[in-house]
Parts: sequence; structure tokens; C-alpha cells
Amino acid sequence: MSAHGLVEQLKGGLDAPICLTWELTYACNLQCVHCLSSSGQRDPRELTTAQAKHVLDELRDLQVFYINIGGGEPMVRRDFFELVEYSIAQGIGVKFSTNGAFIDPEKARRFAAMDYLDIQISLDGLDAVTNDAVRGEGSYAMARRAMDNLAAAGFGPFKISVVVTRHNVDQLDGFKALADSYGAQLRITRLRPSGRGADTWHDLHPTSAQQHQIYHWLLAQGETVLTGDSFFHLNALGEPLPGLNMCGAGRVVCLIDPIGDIYACPFVIHDEFKAGSVHDEGGFANVWKHSALFTELREPQSAGACASCGSYDACQGGCMAAKFFTGLPLDGPDPECVGGEADIALSMVGSVPKPSMDHTKPVVLGRKPIAVR
Amino acid sequence: MLDRAFELHPQVALRPEPFGALAYHYGNRRLVFLKHRDVVAVAQHLAEHPSLADTLQACDIDPIRWAAFAKAFESLESSEIVRERSRVG
Amino acid sequence: MENDVIVESKSGTLESGDAAVEEELLIEEISIDGMCGVY
Repeated sequence: MSAHGLVEQLKGGLDAPICLTWELTYACNLQCVHCLSSSGQRDPRELTTAQAKHVLDELRDLQVFYINIGGGEPMVRRDFFELVEYSIAQGIGVKFSTNGAFIDPEKARRFAAMDYLDIQISLDGLDAVTNDAVRGEGSYAMARRAMDNLAAAGFGPFKISVVVTRHNVDQLDGFKALADSYGAQLRITRLRPSGRGADTWHDLHPTSAQQHQIYHWLLAQGETVLTGDSFFHLNALGEPLPGLNMCGAGRVVCLIDPIGDIYACPFVIHDEFKAGSVHDEGGFANVWKHSALFTELREPQSAGACASCGSYDACQGGCMAAKFFTGLPLDGPDPECVGGEADIALSMVGSVPKPSMDHTKPVVLGRKPIAVR
Repeated sequence: MLDRAFELHPQVALRPEPFGALAYHYGNRRLVFLKHRDVVAVAQHLAEHPSLADTLQACDIDPIRWAAFAKAFESLESSEIVRERSRVG
Repeated sequence: MENDVIVESKSGTLESGDAAVEEELLIEEISIDGMCGVY
């Protein structure tokens, strides 16, 4: 089977996810302007500790090797350590994604003593001016403090995750140097117009020229910079970037949200991409294997308007979240199509789908998010 | 390669798939797709035989393919999915 | 997929280039971070 054959197999889905994202809570101490999950306030229907452990039991039985925990801010859950330790005890490795607010020296030492645990700190700027414009006042300092605490505790390599925006593209070398200075691994990820990202997409998403910059920078980094395979839409520019270069949603990955709903991926928290719930008959396993949505996603997808484009094999028509939340058809070009094929369609879009839920905290002073000191 | 003894690394989990198997190393987080049933079978039987060559033989792998399998297992060794063991026991 | 193996047997000899090709057919490493749709 060729490498191409493997990807074709994976597009048909597997009996269990390879890994998945689990947002533990919609509660968050920050109000990032691009938050993919529109987080802020806890949802009263949030899974209990017992329900969460039951999900972990299911994932163990499915032999899911690794989960990516996020939110909101996962560390605000009182049972955060309990759940992480339980997951690891079930043989499921954990990476959690955090703004770092709660990683004080004592927590850092506790993390350092744990095995099979990876930590990813979010950072969107090399300085407070750039970062806090997106993530809120004080958020740069809290992220750097968390990194310092992890380093002092001897945690070992953690990840720094950057959402690439118009305002931080020129800081990519700086992010790499920062990661190197900590012995950490840099991850850059594509901004999608998901959650609150829909409101800020037009101001924040990289320009066409910047797309080229990102692509060439990634090529030069080889495999030293992670991307979560989120830039495969740029493969139309030349040789493919490392990764599977395919949309994994509903095929090899999915999202479990804080109330137990199961979506194709964390960037499509919308009824259109909801496969079911962990509370359904047969639980997570049955939804993963037999839901109508995932079955449909595992069918060959139509190239639609992209069928005649020579780049389709390389870019796969891009990201369905990017298309959906900018009001474009799913069987057509990505809003950031490097060939500019979506430009006309974008100019004609009327209203766009809104996220199904919004957990944003109601009190926001201008555009200054509330940040915890 | 062929005359060395190997075993699956103890921190590796093998998950069967229609195409073969997924191999995940919990320690170094490396993920490898074993893309053919035959390579899965060999990986699973490594510890029972005194050498890779003996394992290939026991799994009925056509000798024409041994060079390719040796390269594949070299790769698996560098990812730490398999490791050498002493030939005694 | 099975076709690749049959063709190879019929040719009788396996050159080092063929070994490299089949090795590629046997294993593929992907980063655990290399799947789109996770954090």
C-alpha cells in the first residue's frame, strides 16, 4: 500500500479515533477574541466527574492512545488532576492545552512528577502588546510565568502553541527561538473562523502574501515545528508539508465537548457537525462507529467546484470549518484558497452560520477581555 | 539487522486496524502505521525467535522481501518501536 | 495493495530500489500531532 493508499484508508475512518480533543469545560478565566469554543461561562450540563471517568473507560476499551484536553481552561475544573490521573491510569496519554494561569510552582512540580503527560501553553504574541490584544490583559505574563515554572520544576519539554494571525506572522522566528530557549517544542496552528473566531476572522486571518510566508517558513523548519496538520490547504503552493494532509474530522479524530456532545472536530461546534452525545445509547463508541454524520464524512467527498483544479489533490479543498463559518459551500474552495478561487464567492456571501452555543461571559468592557491576575 | 534479536518495546501498544496496525510508543509519543498484516505478524513474534531472520522465516515471509523488511525494522528500531534484546532468553 | 506484492514476486529479483519501495509500503511514521482536527 502506498503512502497515498494509507491516507485513502484513513479517510474511510477507523474503528476508533487515533486521538481526539476533549474540552473539559466551557469555563475560562480568559476571553480570547478568537476562541474556537466561545468559552467563558461554565455550562450547567457539564459532565460530572463520574460521567467523565465513564467516557475515559470507553476510550480505554477502544484503545485510544492519547487525548488532547482543552476547554475553556481545563485547569479550572476542580477534578482536573483527578481526571488526568485517571486517564493515565487507564493507559490513555494526555496532552492538555492551557493558558497557564494556574500553573504555579507547586502545580508545576506536581506535573513534573507525572508520566505520559504533555502540556501545551497557548501564546499568540512574542510580547504583551501582540499577545494580549488577542488573549487579554495579563495573559502574556501568565503564559510566560507558567513556562518559567515548568522549567524550574524540571518538567521537561512542553509545547508552545501559537494561533497564526496577521499580527504575529512576522514573529515566527521569534516563537521558534523562545521555544528553543526553554527546550520546548513549537506548534503553530491555523486560525479558523470558529466560535468567537468568526467575529475576528476578517481582521486576524493571514493575508494572501502571509500565507506564502507561513508555507515557506514551515517548509524550512521541517519536522521541528508541529502544526497539527492544520496547514494542508497551503500544500497547493508546492511540496506537501509533514503530516497526513487530510481533514481528520470524524475519520481519525473528533471532539467531545464539556456537556458530552460529540462533534466532528473542535472547530465545528455547530449542530450541522454534531454526531451525537456520550449519553446516547451505546455511548461514545456507538456514535464514533455508527453516527450518520461520521458515516457520511467517511464516504468519498465531492470535490465539487474544485474538481477541475489541478491543486485539489494537494489541498483537498481545505478546511470544512473555514468554509462553513465563512458561508462558503463545503464542496468548493477554502476561503484562504491560495489560488484565490474563493474570492468571488466570499464577496457574495450574505449571512453566515452562527455557533450553536455561546458561553462567552456577558460583561465585556469594549474589547478588553477579563483576565485573572 | 537480520541476525540480531529484537522485541517490541515494552512501552509500545499495537492496535489492530484493517490495514495492519497502529503502533504507539507511550514514552516517546511516536506513532507508526504498520501498513501490512505481514509486518504486524513479524513485530508480534520477534521476541519468540533468536533473530529477525528467524522471525521472518517463521512468519513465511518470502526471502525476496527480507531486504525490505530489514529496512522497515531498522526504521522501527530508530523510532524505538522495537529494540534489540540479548540472544540469550 | 495486494497487487504490489504479487508483481514483486513475479519479477524474481529484488533490487535495493525495490526494497526501499516496499519498505515504504510496510511502515509509515506520522506525528501524533499530525492529524488535523485536534488542539
